[in-house]
Amino acid sequence: MTVSNAPAIITARFGDEAAYTLDRYEATGGYEGLRTALAKTPAQVVEEVKTASLLGRGGAGFPAGVKWGFCPPGVFPRYLVVNGDESEPGTYKDRLLMERDPHQLIEGVLIACYAVGCSQAFLYVRGEMALAQERIAQALNDAYAKGYVGKNILGSDFSVDIVLHWGAGAYIVGEETALIESLEGNRGLPRLKPPFFPAAKGLYLQPTIVNNVETLANLPWIITHGGAAFAALGAENSKGMRMFAVSGHVKKPGVYEVEFGVTTFRDLLYAPVYGGGIRGDHQLKAFIPGGASAPWFYEEHLDLPLEAGAVSKAGSMLGSGAVVVMDETTDMVRACLRLVRFFARESCGKCTPCREGTGWLEKILERILHGEGRPEDVNLLLDVCDNISVGMAWPPRQTTICPLGQSATTPVASAIMRFKDEFEAYVGGPAEITVKVLGPAFVGPRREEASADA
Amino acid sequence: MARLTPENVTVATEILSRYPRPKSALIPLLHLAQEQDGWVTDDAMEHLAELVGVTPAEVVGTCSFYEMFKREPVGRYLVNVCTNISCQLLGGEELLAHAEEVLGVKAGGTTPDGTFTLEDVECIAACTEAPCLQVNYRYFHKITHDELGTLVDDLRAGRRTEEIPPHGVVARIRQHIPADRAAGPADPAVNVEPPWLATEEKKP
Ligand SMILES: Cc1cc2nc3c(=O)[nH]c(=O)nc-3n(C[C@H](O)[C@H](O)[C@H](O)COP(=O)(O)O)c2cc1C
Ligand code: SF4
Ligand code: FES
Repeated sequence: MTVSNAPAIITARFGDEAAYTLDRYEATGGYEGLRTALAKTPAQVVEEVKTASLLGRGGAGFPAGVKWGFCPPGVFPRYLVVNGDESEPGTYKDRLLMERDPHQLIEGVLIACYAVGCSQAFLYVRGEMALAQERIAQALNDAYAKGYVGKNILGSDFSVDIVLHWGAGAYIVGEETALIESLEGNRGLPRLKPPFFPAAKGLYLQPTIVNNVETLANLPWIITHGGAAFAALGAENSKGMRMFAVSGHVKKPGVYEVEFGVTTFRDLLYAPVYGGGIRGDHQLKAFIPGGASAPWFYEEHLDLPLEAGAVSKAGSMLGSGAVVVMDETTDMVRACLRLVRFFARESCGKCTPCREGTGWLEKILERILHGEGRPEDVNLLLDVCDNISVGMAWPPRQTTICPLGQSATTPVASAIMRFKDEFEAYVGGPAEITVKVLGPAFVGPRREEASADA
Repeated sequence: MARLTPENVTVATEILSRYPRPKSALIPLLHLAQEQDGWVTDDAMEHLAELVGVTPAEVVGTCSFYEMFKREPVGRYLVNVCTNISCQLLGGEELLAHAEEVLGVKAGGTTPDGTFTLEDVECIAACTEAPCLQVNYRYFHKITHDELGTLVDDLRAGRRTEEIPPHGVVARIRQHIPADRAAGPADPAVNVEPPWLATEEKKP
């Protein structure tokens, strides 16, 4: 087992109870990144972030520096919208960053606004996070008073307001175009991309950069230490450090900042400094590598590095850094239903395959779990999934406006393909599967287990 | 029921002044109305429509999309038990069943004395602290059945009012932008290059 000894970047102040105050933040190098950035040109700051090759931490993993470059030239004002809506099941990191080190995020926002040329920033915090809202409100009030935010920041010609905005409970608002709708005061319905790519046509149809909280929280360190120092950590395209929440059946559930790209799932689940192994010395049954939307992984995936490319090739994603561990006591039909119910509840209802499909999946799973299912229901579930996202390929084919619809199919395809026997036990007979399932992570039981059963 | 009080109109005016377009303030203002009355009344929505300059129907349209806005009275304490995957794996559903027993209402229900409303909620971003719940959006991590009982007793006896404000109050600290420090909202209709971009070449 290899545990990298790279120092923490964004969680470095987490040991300090008072890190959320401006005094403590300034005493620990706070706002040095902003000063460094202001001494450079905006273009040089963008270059630094490109060199760091910082991937977005919100789910899609797009390089931040590249995304910033998509704003059409000559079109102003540009806006920055901070995505602090964290609601993907299993995901727990942005709330910690906002509660424990709000100034680090604010400093990251300022650096991004300076680099991109944004004249106003909106920090959208999930509605249910009362403490995060309070900590950010206080931090902003203090930062304004000290001249870090607002007009002529630190005496320069750089001026920007950061407005704390907050939601009111809707997972779909985490999707960037829905977030923008919500920020315009509307129902959180996603927009079609194209034409509504936020960098080109976002808030009020102006160029808008939407970045995740964790993405932005990395910027002060990158600017202070240089993009190259960041890119020296990690592997392949997955550079720097990254936060992962390890939850479920491990001995030490927790949020760990680990070296990206080199740490493996085995390290994260079993190393004593991280997950510490499966609880009660049970066996691992499955784990979700990147939040509820990600296809499930199994024992044979443990040695994959936490590296975006490798995980994608194996048929899943690191998504929002949420690793959910299930041991052999888990009832996979019940787990599957709970995940599907989430998507059914949170579907915004704009597209038919998602609105109808998620409801159907929930109903069929309900009846299976209550012993009222038929053997054909197992194939029917996959058939509904196939109608939402043809073939359950990876990357998934999208028939809907946003990716929520296709996400609902991943727990179903994962659970059925791997644990068909558990479904059969509920429906009382062998189930024949005729629907083609293409994603490489949707695999049957390991061969050894299968032959041991025979 | 109530339109916004004069003090809350002052707060609303300050919130509105931060946005390039007034409708953007709608969700914060709906929270303000809910903070005042414990739920969002029709009168408050009409008042917000006037303040924002949209129709009351548009206010209802936005309001009804979001889980946190209650268009009927709820208990003083909203008890939200997470049953999503990480919590389910560690007893979230059993915790909810226990809460139903302790409170004597099913998820979605309000106790007859109007003290508690119980909800079965989706992931609240505390997954490594499962099973967990929120009371009026304050977190309780890794909570046992006994602890839940004690918490309910405490709340019923009015013992934790400092820590947990009544339903409707989310953040107790508001952002305030001092007039002499404000950069001001960026009007989407005015295409001007920000000065620090325009003077870029001056730096070394
Ligand atoms: C259904 C759905 C929910 C999402 N929820 C979140 C979220 O809660 N937080 C987040 O940062 N990104 C979320 N995203 C991703 C955003 O659309 C967007 O890609 C991200 O905020 C961009 O930031 P980044 O480039 O810094 O990662 C979600 C996407 C989808 C499709
Ligand atoms: S896929 Fe689902 S959540 Fe996304 S826009 Fe369509 S209906 Fe809404
Ligand atoms: S699953 Fe319960 S807090 Fe995330």
